[in-house]
Amino acid sequence: MSRANYSETRSVAGQPELVLTGRWTLRALAENGKTDAAWQNHLQELGRHDAVSWNCLDIEALDSVGALLLWHTWERKLPELLLISPAHLQIFERIAASDREPAAVVVPRSPFEGLIVLGASVLAFKRHVIDFIDLLGRLVLDLFHLLRHPADLPGREISANIYKSGVRAMPVTALVGFLIGVALSYLSSLQLRQFGADIFIVNLLGLSIIRELGPVLVAVLVAGRSGSAMTAQLGVMRVTEEIDALATMGVSRSLRLIFPKVVALGVVTPLLVLWATVLALCGGMVAAGFQLDISYGYFIETLPKAVPVANLWIGLTKGVAFGLAIALVACHFGLRVKPNTESLSANTTASVVSAITMVILIDAVFAITTRSIGLPKF
Amino acid sequence: MGRPGEGMNSIIAINDLSTRLGDAWIHRHLNLEIARGELVALVGGSGSGKTTLLRQMIGLLTPTEGSIRLFGEPLFGGGTARERTLRQRFGVLFQQGALFSALNVFDNIAFPLRELKCFDATTIRDLVMLKLEMVELRPRHALLMPAELSGGMVKRVALARALALEPELLLLDEPTAGLDPDLADGFVRLIRRLGEELGLTVVLVTHDVDTLAALTTRVAVLAERRILTYGMLDEVMQLDHPFVRNFFYSERSQRALANAI
Repeated sequence: MSRANYSETRSVAGQPELVLTGRWTLRALAENGKTDAAWQNHLQELGRHDAVSWNCLDIEALDSVGALLLWHTWERKLPELLLISPAHLQIFERIAASDREPAAVVVPRSPFEGLIVLGASVLAFKRHVIDFIDLLGRLVLDLFHLLRHPADLPGREISANIYKSGVRAMPVTALVGFLIGVALSYLSSLQLRQFGADIFIVNLLGLSIIRELGPVLVAVLVAGRSGSAMTAQLGVMRVTEEIDALATMGVSRSLRLIFPKVVALGVVTPLLVLWATVLALCGGMVAAGFQLDISYGYFIETLPKAVPVANLWIGLTKGVAFGLAIALVACHFGLRVKPNTESLSANTTASVVSAITMVILIDAVFAITTRSIGLPKF
Repeated sequence: MGRPGEGMNSIIAINDLSTRLGDAWIHRHLNLEIARGELVALVGGSGSGKTTLLRQMIGLLTPTEGSIRLFGEPLFGGGTARERTLRQRFGVLFQQGALFSALNVFDNIAFPLRELKCFDATTIRDLVMLKLEMVELRPRHALLMPAELSGGMVKRVALARALALEPELLLLDEPTAGLDPDLADGFVRLIRRLGEELGLTVVLVTHDVDTLAALTTRVAVLAERRILTYGMLDEVMQLDHPFVRNFFYSERSQRALANAI
């Protein structure tokens, strides 16, 4: 490729003339390193004199990049003495026509900006609450419908959701539960040993895991796993009009899409809580065995004596409540997804975060209402 | 009774429809009556509300004012059972096909049939294979997932699903959008053939003049938030209105219409 170049000569009339030759195109200029500032500055220096005439007739090829380079050299206007072919001149005319800043729409900031933002978020929150109550209402109506027509129960959808959110979650819940049990047991035993209260590791682990840690841990895992999956699935179904297609066939979307998800999570979460609790206690048992030399037999025997069984029921009830909350929040956000990727990612994130927040709030409510139930008597 | 559009021949009767979305009125005092056996194209500029009108006809959107009656009955009110029976009398083909991505082709077409809960597995299989054959697909396509289908095949499967319950009315949203000319041609011929064989009333939303010319007998022009005119193609083209001029008399349209005739 012939290089972009210029040479100084004298024109016929004795004027200094710059003759441009070669290919003034993006690829040619980039390849030959002519886009660097030094070369451009030199060119500009040469061109600064007003009396210089520019001869562009020998240019082999000129595209918008080469033209822009010259445009900048000429300080954004055509030089007075210019020899150029009409086709190339057209490029410069186009550049001249488009040489303006992108128009920015300036919205004047109102003095009440803060108030407006606050108000807007309150109204948005109100919209959320209304839609959520709407969802809840539809589900209750579906429940009544099912009581009258039990044959309409979406059995296949429920079992599919139970498999996806329950059975498939067992490995990861087992692993996380076991490791948390080990960690908790290890740290607690270090403290208890100082007071010679080694044997109370059973009480501590039992009470905390069965009543609080098991349910909340499982809820967070389920929210991240199944909650986001449900939101994304419903969101994409909205975008591809699958939900519309169901509606036009007269299929109730709340009965066939949302109800199975809510029921499935309501069934699966307490079972996963049980699963994770057992594995966490096993992990704790193993760690206590290593740290404090507490035998497994002693651990298993003492556990039912140290921890009243009411705690187990509290833990499982929490599991049900968390599961329902996560499913409702996931479906609520799934149905709000608009047809763009930004909306899908924002709603999926919001779904998981809101679900976890709801779970913590419900946990707090449980803690307050059951504060006198299930505590060991000394 | 006694209002216009109550006759047994009237498939879709839209009376004084007005729709408001947010602050803007999309439709204002819109009236349209479509009789049995007609092949109607609903045309309008971008943003004129054609898809909104179609969505109201199929009951996905409720109008702010006015009424829509399908087969002489309103879609809403009167219980879910009645609504479900009414919905079985029409089929909808969405712009992107809207196939259920979790189900394969066979299950997609079988879905409305299984919802009825009155056919056994053999009957359903026979019906599904029949529909597949009607839309010119092969038995080996029956077990593919929607993600494995080409654009043209997606539309055919969606058509088969729309026709699964032997409807009397077929509504199509931009049926040839995104299809290359060859496929679009084939699809249009398929719809016309099936429409004649099955005696369907067909309503399609389109802005493709080729499809319009090849497929439909009557044209409804949606502009200025109401139906400007509704009639045979030649009558509609006589109307002196900026939209009609731009739509039917542009270079592309003239070529398409010349070819079609």
